[in-house]
Amino acid sequence: MVFFRKKKDMPNGLWVRCDGCKGLVYKKTVEEGMHVCPECNYHFRIFSRDRLKLLLDENSFEEMWANITPHDPLNFRDRVTYPERVSAEQQKTGLKEAIIVGKGKVCGREVMVGITDPAFIMGSMGSVVGEKIARLAEKATELKVPLIMVSGSGGGARMQEGVFSLMQMAKTSAAIARFRESGGLYISILTDPSLGGVMASFASQADITIAEPKALIGFAGPRVIQETIKRALPKGFQTAEFLLEHGFLDMIVPRQDMKKEISRLLNYLK
Amino acid sequence: MPEKTVTKLENSILEIEHRIEDLQSASLKDHIDRGAEIQSLKTTWEGMQRKLFSELAPYDIVKIARHPLRPLAADYVNFMIEDFVELHGDKRFGDDKAIICGLGKVGHEKVLIIGQQKGKSTKERIACNFGMPNPEGYRKALQKMKLAEKFHLPVVTLIDTPGANPDIGAEERGQAHAIAENIYEMSQLKTPIINIVIGEGGSGGALGIGIGDKFAILEYAYYSVISPEGCAAILWKNGENAPEAAKALQLTAKDLLRFGIADEIIQEPIGAAHKDPRATVCTLKSHIVKYLEELKTIPIDKLLERRYHRYRTIGKYEEE
Repeated sequence: MVFFRKKKDMPNGLWVRCDGCKGLVYKKTVEEGMHVCPECNYHFRIFSRDRLKLLLDENSFEEMWANITPHDPLNFRDRVTYPERVSAEQQKTGLKEAIIVGKGKVCGREVMVGITDPAFIMGSMGSVVGEKIARLAEKATELKVPLIMVSGSGGGARMQEGVFSLMQMAKTSAAIARFRESGGLYISILTDPSLGGVMASFASQADITIAEPKALIGFAGPRVIQETIKRALPKGFQTAEFLLEHGFLDMIVPRQDMKKEISRLLNYLK
Repeated sequence: MPEKTVTKLENSILEIEHRIEDLQSASLKDHIDRGAEIQSLKTTWEGMQRKLFSELAPYDIVKIARHPLRPLAADYVNFMIEDFVELHGDKRFGDDKAIICGLGKVGHEKVLIIGQQKGKSTKERIACNFGMPNPEGYRKALQKMKLAEKFHLPVVTLIDTPGANPDIGAEERGQAHAIAENIYEMSQLKTPIINIVIGEGGSGGALGIGIGDKFAILEYAYYSVISPEGCAAILWKNGENAPEAAKALQLTAKDLLRFGIADEIIQEPIGAAHKDPRATVCTLKSHIVKYLEELKTIPIDKLLERRYHRYRTIGKYEEE
C-alpha cells in the first residue's frame, strides 16, 4: 500500500518543485537566480516585495498610501464573509491589500511604481487597488515622472465588492488616460497570471507593454474558455509568447534582464 | 422568467390573460359587450402583476433581463431612431453583428447610437453570438465614436450583453486590449455619452461601451462584475448557488441607484418590458431626449471634468 510521501523525503525546504519542468531544483539556486528555474527558465511567482527589490535601486522605494484598507460595501458573504477572507489573506501574505504603490528609482531614474500581488485574493482589483492606482497615476502626472505598473492578477475585478470593483476598471483607465495625455510614459509589465478586468483596463493601456516569459495573459481564464468551447485549448495558448506573436506585446523580457531593459527604455523615452 | 418562488402567481396571471383574450374574441363574434367583466379582470391582472414584481428575488430579475421576448437593441433602434444609417465594420478585421452602430435621430437630436445585439431567431442569435461581442465589435464601436467626436454628435450606447466573447479567436485578436482601449478612449471622448443598460450588463463586456456622462438602467435590467452563475461556480464551487450569488452581488437597478453608480432607473411597464415593448421604447426615448437636452448645455471641458470625477470617486475603502 502506498501512502502519501512523507515530508522528510524532501528535506525541509531545501528543494522546490518547478511548475515548469516539474523537476526538483535547489531552492537556494532558484532564489539567487531571481526565482527563475535554472533548468527550464520557468519564472516562479514571487511576492510583490521581492519583485520591488529586483526592479528598483537598493533602498530607493518609498511606499505611499500604505494605510488604505478594504471596506465591505456589499456585506458580502459566500462560504465565508468578505472581512473574514480579507483578514485571512492579510495574515497569509503580510500585506494589507493586493497592491503596493510608491516612489522609487530605476538605475537612478525616479519612477512611480505599483505592483499587484497575485498571492492576495488572486491579485484581484477592488476599491483599494483601484484607488491606489488612480492616486499613483495622478501623482506621476503631477511630478512628471514615468509610471510603471507590474500586474499579476488571476482574479481580475474582485467579485466580493461587486459593481464597485467593476468601476475600478473605469477609474484606473481614466487616471491612466490623463497621465498619458499629459505626456507621461507608462510601462506595463505583465507577470503570471494577468487576466480579466485587470487586463481589460490599466494593464493593457501602456505606451510600452512587456511580459515575463511564459506568463499566462488574457481576458477570459483558460478554464472558462475551455468550458465555453468544449474542447482542449491549443498548446501555448494565452502565454506571453502567444501574445507577442499576435502583436499585443512590445517585448518579452526575462526577470534577470527586466531592470536593465526598463532602464534602457527610460533613457530613450524621456 | 421567475421560477420556483413565483410560479404559482405567474400561472394565475397567465390564466387571467387567456381569460381576457377569450372574452375579447367572444365579443368580436357575438357582439355582446363584456367590457365591464374584461375591465375587472384587467384590474385583477394588474394587481397580481404588481404583487409578483414586488416580490422578485435578484435572480428573478436576472432572468427577466434575459427573457427571450425582451426588447433588444435593434428594437429600440427600429422604433426610437428616425432616419437610421447603419455603419458597419472596424476597418481592421471584420463586422461584428453583436454590436450595432449607426447615425440617427432621437426626436430632433442627431446622435450616434451603439447597441449590443443578441438576436431573436436562432439564426440571428448565432450570427450575433448571443450578444457576446468580439474584439472587432469593440473596435468598430470605437471607430464610430471617434467619428461622432469629430462631428460633434452625442453618443448613446445601449448595453445588453452576458459578457464579452470568451473564446480562442477573441483572445487571439486581443479581447482584453480592445475593451481596455475603449474604456480609455471613452473616458476622454470629446462629446457627450449616454449609457443605458437595457438588459444584461455583463462585466467588462458591458463596460467596453459603458463609459459616459449619464448612466441609466431599465427597471429589470442588471449590471454586475460577474454573472451570478460564474460567481457561484467560483465562490460556492457550485453553479446551483446562482440565486444566492445574485443576491450577494447586489446587481439590480435599485442597488445601482443606491450605490450612486446609476443616475436613474427607467421604469418598465407592468409585467416588464416584454409585456409592452412599444411603451418601453417610448419611455426610454423620452429619457434620452431629456439627457441630451441636459448634456448639450455643458461645455465640453466641464463635461470631461465631470466624467473624470464621476469614476474617480467610485469606491469604498478605509483610510487610517
